[in-house]
Amino acid sequence: MSAKTLFDKIWDRHVIKDLGDGFSLIFVDRHMVNDMAGRGFLTLNKRGLPVAHPEFTFAAADHTVATLEARKASAKPDDNPYAVNLRDNSRQHGFRLFDLDDPDFGIIHVISAEQALALPGTTIACGDSHTCTLGALGAIAWGLGQSDIVHILATQTSVQRKPLNMRINVTGRLAPDVSAKDLILALAAELGVAGCVGHAVEFAGDAIRRMSMDERFTICNMAVEMGARFGLISPDDVTFDYLRGRPSAPDADAWDAAVADWRSLATDATAAFDAERTLDASRVEPQVSWGINPGQTIGISATIPSLSGQLTGSALATYETAVDYSGLVPGAPIAGTPIDIVFIGSCNNARLSDLRVAARVVEGRRVASGVRAWVSPGSERVRREAEAEGLDQIFMSAGFGWGHSGCSMCAGAGDQMREIGASGQRIASTTNRNFVGRQGPGTRTHLLSPAMAAAAAIAGRIVDVRSLEAIGG
Amino acid sequence: MAEPLTELRGTAVPILRDNIDTDTISPGSAPPWRKSATFGERGSATLADDLFANWRYTGEGRLIESFPLNEPRYQGARFLITGANFGCGSSRESAVWMLAAWGIRCVIAPSFAEIFSANCFANGLLPVVLANDLVSELADEASSAGGAFELDLAQRSLRRPSGRDITFHIPEYRRQGLMRGLDDIAQTLNDLAAIQKFVATGRRQFPWIYRRAAW
Repeated sequence: MSAKTLFDKIWDRHVIKDLGDGFSLIFVDRHMVNDMAGRGFLTLNKRGLPVAHPEFTFAAADHTVATLEARKASAKPDDNPYAVNLRDNSRQHGFRLFDLDDPDFGIIHVISAEQALALPGTTIACGDSHTCTLGALGAIAWGLGQSDIVHILATQTSVQRKPLNMRINVTGRLAPDVSAKDLILALAAELGVAGCVGHAVEFAGDAIRRMSMDERFTICNMAVEMGARFGLISPDDVTFDYLRGRPSAPDADAWDAAVADWRSLATDATAAFDAERTLDASRVEPQVSWGINPGQTIGISATIPSLSGQLTGSALATYETAVDYSGLVPGAPIAGTPIDIVFIGSCNNARLSDLRVAARVVEGRRVASGVRAWVSPGSERVRREAEAEGLDQIFMSAGFGWGHSGCSMCAGAGDQMREIGASGQRIASTTNRNFVGRQGPGTRTHLLSPAMAAAAAIAGRIVDVRSLEAIGG
Repeated sequence: MAEPLTELRGTAVPILRDNIDTDTISPGSAPPWRKSATFGERGSATLADDLFANWRYTGEGRLIESFPLNEPRYQGARFLITGANFGCGSSRESAVWMLAAWGIRCVIAPSFAEIFSANCFANGLLPVVLANDLVSELADEASSAGGAFELDLAQRSLRRPSGRDITFHIPEYRRQGLMRGLDDIAQTLNDLAAIQKFVATGRRQFPWIYRRAAW
């Protein structure tokens, strides 16, 4: 048998029918459903179609759930039509809902992994572009729109065109206090937000092998920010150790067979890729986005790029829009930019290890005057684990708000979060998107790591977390 | 299930910027969360109004007259000419619904984000990929001379107002789907036996994935 990539091995296993011209009907092992799927259910129900495989369908109303104070008064908020609708549909169709008061509730991509619903070798679809997060387990995971959601609900399959294979080799070792988030932001800056369009991207190399699962999720989460619908990592012992003992992990009697199968899925040594890229991790410094897409990112020691003389046409228009919207001056350093709000949360960067890193920076210090800062854990389980370690006390003593789990300020939805960011305000955010108005009309988002976000909260401006000692606070 | 698309004639509106994301096309902030009175469905007038809302209106809700979608000469356009990687970011299909509600049936760009592209086909919109320089030329033509573009999907051709024809590539599977207004779900339901067989085999071969667990 010829050498194959991880992606091709999983894909080939799931093809039900060749539809010609590169398109296939593929089986969806896990369909994760969020509270933005209302119109999809409306269509399904109007057509009188059942959910074909409720046992492979899971749901959580992560987008619209309130994550701050309001949550306490509304654990079962019947004034949230999105959550109510999802609950109604879960009852009608008989699939598992992680409801708002469920101890295992959380951001759907976070709980899919925590519960081991996502497993190596599986196909996972969800109506959210950051579903690619779960590819870190060695799975094919992708986001899709409402029409494709209806198709999966009705048939448990999806019509997909097989993408090309790209491998990004990350060599070397990250410097101390430089994180997976800095690495993926640096990659987005280098390859651009369209750098991987048409490809499934496998992240490989020593730097990736050394990463924990939490870090790998952060990496794969942003594959879509480089235009790739799929990001994935070959499964290894780190993957297996992560999954062992989780609620839906293979039973003890099936464990060895499952692990043997998962090992066989890793990309073969001689497999060919359609494209390859390389990045030296040791050269990455802490990163901060300055513009209106994740590719508009620079190192903390760099200045806002001056590109007016180099670009033309649509690229120039995009750059000028970004400069104008950012309110920053080309040639000026990004460090020192004052910020109004700090948000630590999202499917990108709100797992326990992320909160630990941020808490370490914050401990014994105070949020700068005039800055409002929040933490929204990736799941309620992460929240409990963080509280057991006293992280909530560290954050609150420093002046952070300690919230519940949900997409929160990343999607700019659900509760008062959106109103907090007034037009023109700057948000240092551990999320994955800095699009215009993403965190509220007129707000300016700076993407960065949990450590950098924590440092920004203390300093009241964007700073290199590695220099925070000198700055005090 | 979308309305079949075979031929299309109309003017084109150019918005020549790269990497226009779906948050920009269909802003999450004001409209979907706030305005929609009827859960899950917005009327087409509201959808059309919300298209590119942050670029079309000031913070106070006044029209920004210089934005192409607000210019009188582009009202009624059926084609949108835009920059590379159009529709990147969020998977929200409302980006396509809004373009369709405003009247756009064909988007021309040097490249498209994949989820957006799939959402277009699902709603009977055609994303046409052309070389960067050609897209710029078409945008110039649309803004200087105006006039109608004509699409002939059977021939995979686009006639410019100047009369010259451009041939474009489109996957045959997608072309057939658009021209016939195919219903993917009805098609797939014909393959239920194959799907059931897949699950049955999976339960034996990979029980840890396909067993019916007690969740």
